[in-house]
Amino acid sequence: MREVAIVGVGMTHFGELWNDSLRGMFAEAASGAMADAGVDHLDGLYVGNMAAGQFVGQEHLGPLMASQIGMAGIPATRVESACASGGAALRAAYIEVASGMSDLVMAAGVEKMNDGADVTQVLATAADQELEAYHGATFPALYALIARAHMATYGTTEEDLAWVSVKNHHHGAMNPKAQFRREVTVEQVLGSSKVAEPLRLLHCSPVSDGAAAVLLCPLDQAARYTKRPVKILGTGLATASLSLADRKSPAILDAVKDSAVHAYKMAGVGPGDIQVAEVHDCFAIAEICCIEALGLVEQGKGGAAARDGLTALGGKIPVNTSGGLKSKGHPVGATGIAQAIEIVEQLRGLSGDRQVQGAEIGLAQNMGGSGASSVVHIFGRV
Amino acid sequence: MAGIVGYGAFIPRHRIRSEEIARQWGKDAAAIKRGLVLEEKSVPGIDEDTITISVEAARDAVERAGIDPIKIGAVYIGSESHPYAVKPSGTVVVDALGIGPEVHVADFEFACKAGTEAMFVALGLVESGRVEYALAIGADTSQGAPNDALEFSASAGGAAYIFGKRDLLVDVLETYSYTSDTPDFWRREGRFYPRHGGRFTGEPAYFRHVTSATRGILKKTGMNPEDFKYAVFHMPNGKFPQQAAKRLGFTKEQMETGLVVVKMGNTYSGSSPTGLAAILDVADPGDKILLTSFGSGAGSDSFVLQATELLPQRRTTGRKVWSMLDTPLRYVTYGEYAKLREKIILND
Amino acid sequence: MPSPGYWRGIPSRLRLEAVRCSSCENVVYPSRRICPHCHGTKWEPAELSRTGEVVTSTVVHVAPDDFAMEAPYVLALIETPEGARLMLQVTDCELNEIGPGTAVNLEFRRIRAEGNSGILCYGFKAVPAG
Repeated sequence: MREVAIVGVGMTHFGELWNDSLRGMFAEAASGAMADAGVDHLDGLYVGNMAAGQFVGQEHLGPLMASQIGMAGIPATRVESACASGGAALRAAYIEVASGMSDLVMAAGVEKMNDGADVTQVLATAADQELEAYHGATFPALYALIARAHMATYGTTEEDLAWVSVKNHHHGAMNPKAQFRREVTVEQVLGSSKVAEPLRLLHCSPVSDGAAAVLLCPLDQAARYTKRPVKILGTGLATASLSLADRKSPAILDAVKDSAVHAYKMAGVGPGDIQVAEVHDCFAIAEICCIEALGLVEQGKGGAAARDGLTALGGKIPVNTSGGLKSKGHPVGATGIAQAIEIVEQLRGLSGDRQVQGAEIGLAQNMGGSGASSVVHIFGRV
Repeated sequence: MAGIVGYGAFIPRHRIRSEEIARQWGKDAAAIKRGLVLEEKSVPGIDEDTITISVEAARDAVERAGIDPIKIGAVYIGSESHPYAVKPSGTVVVDALGIGPEVHVADFEFACKAGTEAMFVALGLVESGRVEYALAIGADTSQGAPNDALEFSASAGGAAYIFGKRDLLVDVLETYSYTSDTPDFWRREGRFYPRHGGRFTGEPAYFRHVTSATRGILKKTGMNPEDFKYAVFHMPNGKFPQQAAKRLGFTKEQMETGLVVVKMGNTYSGSSPTGLAAILDVADPGDKILLTSFGSGAGSDSFVLQATELLPQRRTTGRKVWSMLDTPLRYVTYGEYAKLREKIILND
Repeated sequence: MPSPGYWRGIPSRLRLEAVRCSSCENVVYPSRRICPHCHGTKWEPAELSRTGEVVTSTVVHVAPDDFAMEAPYVLALIETPEGARLMLQVTDCELNEIGPGTAVNLEFRRIRAEGNSGILCYGFKAVPAG
């Protein structure tokens, strides 16, 4: 397999983008990535998207998006793994370049959630329809069940959950692309309205529009496009039962752990080598479970990590310097690519106020469903 | 001889007090409670309807009967609140209980008499030998228009009876029906709430049919009121059945066990069947029981029943009517009641 | 849920029909072709008890449109004595009295309706025992 680098990135603002369409957002992010690398052609395109068919009634995004950037004719496919669609698209593009099949491939993600659909219902289609959604399960509810199980098993508290939001808003306040560029306090989080107990509004990522795109090529060609390529050291994708009922413990996200094991092994690094990480904090409890499953903290110690400053900028292992899904926004199909962009920029040293000094190795973890899909990528400065 | 081999009842756990309804409409609660003899009534949860009540009641009936449900050859549900206008309630009940598919199923409607109507037909099919067992259910989530006297009574619940020829819990000694065309209460197709003729529902309707049917069955059996340990009449409110009993010569003591209306309200097709279930929960072997239903439009079915030696040992499982009535979960406000009963106009 | 899918689920939703793997003896609900525990493909019929215990639960305040009139409602992962786990609503309860270990009975309820004119979908909900 060839070594692969990311040589260009582009993304829209995340937020309620009333003036922007699904295709318009894609075109903005994709052309940004192409301009960043100075390219005018692609050999292939993977579009990560969860539910455009339900959100805006549009399926068949591969050819639609290719033609939106003047690339009609190239191989272009949509990739769907619920909220991990972006990460899965990145992995598909990586495999295509690494295999030698293509040289210059774009991995993009896009989602237009604010277009009038019943978002709660659409997102719930990523849960088991027959066993969970039938009975009124929502995504906040599934993560609330995970949270209650984690609290019962490890003593995690509602305040621990609140600290994840406080930390990520603190980071997001410094991110010009973030949906919510403002700080929140523990009191504000704990005083916000209940969504699915113990999760409150400020424990939950928002409903967002946005797109993000990265360009991949063989590492040995990267110098043609950029002075600061970032190498993909490892990739891992793992799945677990879609339904929470089928897992040994609802408090443990096995797919996250398994995807990390694959990625660490491929990269030849371990959790202790990671200097900056973007993890899938769709709900505060998810960040806690994910940093445990990734090995960034000990199992059961995730609750204290944000509260103790371990995962904040300046801490031992800064997590979600972009603001995470919580503050940056979570246009579900775009999230996995946006996470990769944050790590690429950190490793390029371009993160401004959010820069983790001297970061050389970073990790991005993107999750679908209530943890049924997890994609991990590990990146290294070249 | 055929009779009852299993029975069960189910009453939703929410209640609303007469005072709360009176308060909503600026009515005199004390006068209402005195006039209608109604303290509170059951209110179905948002996830309960005639089908769910039927399944729960029938499940206890099957368990008490101790029979394989596949042997039930007929299922009839009497109700005036079948959840579908077209599509049977009974099909859900048979599939939920593991009855059929070799089973005859029908939904009955005859205002508040539909439950005993189902019992009458089920009994007849078993007696004729056409089916081995037949299940009859009377259940309702009764409708009553806001600010109508019916709103104080219309409630939710039901009872289920399995008829057979062996291992009887209750012998059916006699039946009698009395029917005439009397438009005292009705609901036209497509209308949400029933209408009624006010005081016309009394003498020419309820009292004429209930007393005629009861006198008819007493004459047919040669029995007298004092031969019965218990009696239950259809209970549109707490007052009518007690007045009917007095006219017919039944005492307060014979009436009180089955007079569930004071705490439950009028469960329409489930009313007198649930009163009977309350009696079967306590009756001793040999006790005779009179049951007379009433359905507007109008008609009454009377049954003379007698508890057997088997009844006490079979009723050790299942839910008892008065314990369900005495342990409500929660009293709802009128606002919650209006939401639960879908009386609020919502956007699609 | 449109009629065909609802109809296919009647044995499991209306009767709690499950299966027991002939090789590893695990009870699986609802039935499936391949045992998730041992990959076995031979099954015996099993029926779940209408009792269970809460493994984990939540109170849903923000519901999908189809469940908006029911909110707030309790959603819980329930384990039956046979070892099967089901996600069910807990009804007829005080919202904050439900938690890990709560004993429940399962009762037949209307689970959802397809708008004002579509089919009615039934199944089980849990209620606190006793």
